[in-house]
Amino acid sequence: MSYATTEIWLIIIALGIGTYLIRLSFLGLIGDRPLPPLVLKLLRYTPVAVLPAMVAPLVLWPQATGGVPDPVRLMAAVMSLLVGYWTKNVLWAVGAGVVTLYAGLALTGQL
Amino acid sequence: MPAATAKSAYFTGIRDGLPFILVAGPFAMLFGVVATEAGLTFAQAMGFSVVVVAGASQFAALQLMVEDAAIALVLLAALAVNLRMAMYSASLVPYLGAAPFWQRALVAYVNFDHAYIAAMARYEARPEMTPVARSAYFLGVATPLVPAWFGMTAAGALVGTAIPPEYAIDFALPITFLAMVGPMLRTVAHMAAAFVSMVVGLALIALPSGLGLLIAAGCAMAVGAAVETWMERAS
Repeated sequence: MSYATTEIWLIIIALGIGTYLIRLSFLGLIGDRPLPPLVLKLLRYTPVAVLPAMVAPLVLWPQATGGVPDPVRLMAAVMSLLVGYWTKNVLWAVGAGVVTLYAGLALTGQL
Repeated sequence: MPAATAKSAYFTGIRDGLPFILVAGPFAMLFGVVATEAGLTFAQAMGFSVVVVAGASQFAALQLMVEDAAIALVLLAALAVNLRMAMYSASLVPYLGAAPFWQRALVAYVNFDHAYIAAMARYEARPEMTPVARSAYFLGVATPLVPAWFGMTAAGALVGTAIPPEYAIDFALPITFLAMVGPMLRTVAHMAAAFVSMVVGLALIALPSGLGLLIAAGCAMAVGAAVETWMERAS
């Protein structure tokens, strides 16, 4: 890394302001005005539309293994999702994923 | 609206937010470690976590800074990673739009993935909540998480030495997010949206980071809404 100190702070502050404006955008501008029904219908799916696309590449091609698919990580991911679906409880799901991950890593001699 | 309702919503939020320290904490610590190893000072690593408060984009910016990318490129890539939060912001409007502006401005600062998802799940389960109770709940969830995010970044930056890769901390994020998606798959429409999101996200992996995610999210939202409409007509 060969940036000047001021350049690093410029990146930090510009990124902070930009991120804040993105987060405030609709919430700050629209406020109490009603949104069209179609827009509301689309927005209902925001979390399930964003997270799988964000996570899927990390699960299939983990950086830690240099992008090589890892059966242990894949199993841990599947367990988190399934236990979350069955129990409707995020913490049980995280627990299931973590236990699967470490058990798998230990069994395959990676731990 | 009785003040007691907002107060209890705030404390319920704190209770629901606390467990997320276990998953957000290691992620923040990893950022502190990686940032100082990449050559940032303690203050700069903390600057990222306090000013930006968005883990994935902090890592994206850091990665490009290690590669000595142009400043404009660093900013563009990291902001693209955060563009999903514009969708978060829009989807909160129906729930929080009527809350006072200062509350919405505060929610915007702490509108990171964990708090957002926890809040949306609560709002959908409790339609009777008032806008003020809703923003109190959101800020409640963030209350234990924000200090943990700052503190664990500091801990990581001070420890300085890498956490051994065999601890697989890289996988804390996927596990957490999948654990959050599981309970959301309540209807066929939600499942269809999640499936499309995954498939399109994987197909567009070669696009610059953040761009493929946005396209995948757009397709998935359209499919979710279309399936919902179709199910309504069928019933």
